[in-house]
Amino acid sequence: MLNGEAGKAAAFAFEILAGFAGSVGAKGFLDITGSHIDGCLYHGQVSLDFVERLVDLGGRVKVPTTLNVGSIDLIHPEIMLMTREETEPLARLMKAHEELGCMPSFTCAPYQTIFRPRFGEQIAWGESNAIVFANSVIGARTNRYGDFIDLCCAITGRAPAYGLHLDENRRGRILFRLQGLKENAFDLDSLYVAIGLIIGLKSGDRVPVIDGLPSPRDEDQLKALGAASASSGAIGLFHAVGITPEAPTLRDALHGYEPDETIIVAPTDIRDVLTHLSTVPDGTEITAVCLGTPHFSRAEWDRLIPLLRAAEPHAGIPIYVNTGRETYDGLLRDGMLDGCDGYGLRVVTDTCTYLTAIIERLDGTVMTNSGKWAHYAPGNIGVQVGFGSMEDCVASAASGRIVRSA
Amino acid sequence: MKGIFHVRGAAEGPVIRLQTPLSFWGGVEAETGRIIDQSQTHHGGLLQGKVLVMPSGRGSSSASSVLAETIRNASGPVAIIMARPDPIITAGAMVARSLYGTICPVVVCPIDGIEDGRMIRISEDGDQAIIEIS
Repeated sequence: MLNGEAGKAAAFAFEILAGFAGSVGAKGFLDITGSHIDGCLYHGQVSLDFVERLVDLGGRVKVPTTLNVGSIDLIHPEIMLMTREETEPLARLMKAHEELGCMPSFTCAPYQTIFRPRFGEQIAWGESNAIVFANSVIGARTNRYGDFIDLCCAITGRAPAYGLHLDENRRGRILFRLQGLKENAFDLDSLYVAIGLIIGLKSGDRVPVIDGLPSPRDEDQLKALGAASASSGAIGLFHAVGITPEAPTLRDALHGYEPDETIIVAPTDIRDVLTHLSTVPDGTEITAVCLGTPHFSRAEWDRLIPLLRAAEPHAGIPIYVNTGRETYDGLLRDGMLDGCDGYGLRVVTDTCTYLTAIIERLDGTVMTNSGKWAHYAPGNIGVQVGFGSMEDCVASAASGRIVRSA
Repeated sequence: MKGIFHVRGAAEGPVIRLQTPLSFWGGVEAETGRIIDQSQTHHGGLLQGKVLVMPSGRGSSSASSVLAETIRNASGPVAIIMARPDPIITAGAMVARSLYGTICPVVVCPIDGIEDGRMIRISEDGDQAIIEIS
C-alpha cells in the first residue's frame, strides 16, 4: 500500500497508520468492515489541512464510514452564536469529509442509525461513547481510535491488529459487584450514569465487569452508562453479566479466569457520585436544560415529548436537545414536535451543546440528565451544572429552578 | 544513551522535564505552545524549541491534533522523549511530518537521568536514537 498501488491517498494514510501500529506494538493489520470518524471537530488549521490533503490525493473511504459531530449545526445555522467568517472553516471541515465518501451522519450515536454494526464485526471507530457502545452493547470490535487514525483506517480499510480487536484482550479483569441495592432506592437512569462514572474512575486500562446491574429498560440506559465511563475514565469495553452479549455469565465475562481485583459498590458509593455531579444545590435557578449527550434516540424522544406535554413548561427556560439528523427527520415526518413550540424546545443537530457556541446564557446553571455533559461542560464552556433524571429536567424547566420528582 | 525511535529524526534543544504525563488536549494552548495544565510544575511554560521529556502522554486522542497544530505553527517542541510509548503522541508527530515535512522526533527511553534545562542532542544510528546530554 505504501508504494501507491492502492492510490496516493491510501499510501499517505498507510504510512501514518504503520507508524501508529509500531507505536502500539501491533503485529500486523486486519480488514475492517466499517468506520466512524471523529475528525469533524476543528482543532486548528491542521484539522483541515489533513483532510484537504486526502481530498487532493483523490482519497475515498474504502468501507462504509459515518461521521461524528462537527463544530456547527448545519441544519439550524441560526442557532450558532458565531460570525459567518468563524463558521466557514468549521463547515468546510465537515464538507471535506463528505468529499472522501463519508456519510454526513454527524452524530455521536451512529450505533442508533442504519449503520449500526453487528456482533463480531471488526471496525475502526472514533468518539469515546460510540466506541464503548459498539464494543460492549453490540459486541463489535474496535480500539479507542481518534484523531487522524480513524480516517487512516477508513481510507485503507485496515486497522492495526492489537487491543480490543483480539479475543484475549476482551477478557474482564476488574469485577464490580453491586450490593445492597434496594428496589426503587434510585431512579434507574441515574443509577446507570453513576455506575458508569465509578467503573471509569477505578478501572484504569482494565476491562471492567459489572455484576448485579438491574436489567435495563432499554439500550439508552447502557448508552448513558458507557458514555459516563468513557468520560470519567478511558473505558473502551465493559461487560454487564446477564446483559451484554459477551457476558451471559460471570465466567464468560472473565474468560474463566479470576479477576485481578474485586470492588464492592454500595448504595452510599452511588449516592456520593451522583451528589458530586451537581455543582450547585437543589433549588438553584437554572438558565437552560441540555439533553441528548450522547445524541437522543427516537426512544428517548418518545419518553420526553409526553413529559413536555404534561408539564407544559412556560418559565422561559430553553430546553436544548442534541440529536442526529436521521432521528430529527423521523420526528418531523411523524409530526412528533407539533404543538411543542411554546415549551422552549430547541433541537440541535450535527453537533453538541457542550462543544460549541450555542447556549445563550453561560453565566448560570444548566440542568442535564447526561453524566457525560455534567462531566465536561463546566470545563469546556464554564457553566454550573445540576444533574437529574429526564423527569427532573422537565420539572425544573417548568419551575425555573432545580426540583426533583422523588 | 540509546533510545527507540517512534518517529525518526535529529533534533537539539534545552530540556523541559515534566514529572507527570501531559495531555496536549486541554493541557497545551495550540496557538502558543504554552502549558496550561494547572497541575504541571511547568504550568505557563512554553514548549517552543524545547525537547519535551515526560513519563508518557495522557488523555483524549484530540491530543494528536493539538500536538500537530503546535508543530505546524512552530510553537511546539522540537523533539519528545518519553519513558513509555504513546500512540497519540506518535500519531500527531507523524501527521505533522507527512503534511508539512516538519520533523519532531519521538523517542522512547529511560528518562530518569534527564534533568530540566540541560541541552540534548538526538541523532540517528540506523533504527536507534542516540541521545547526548551536555
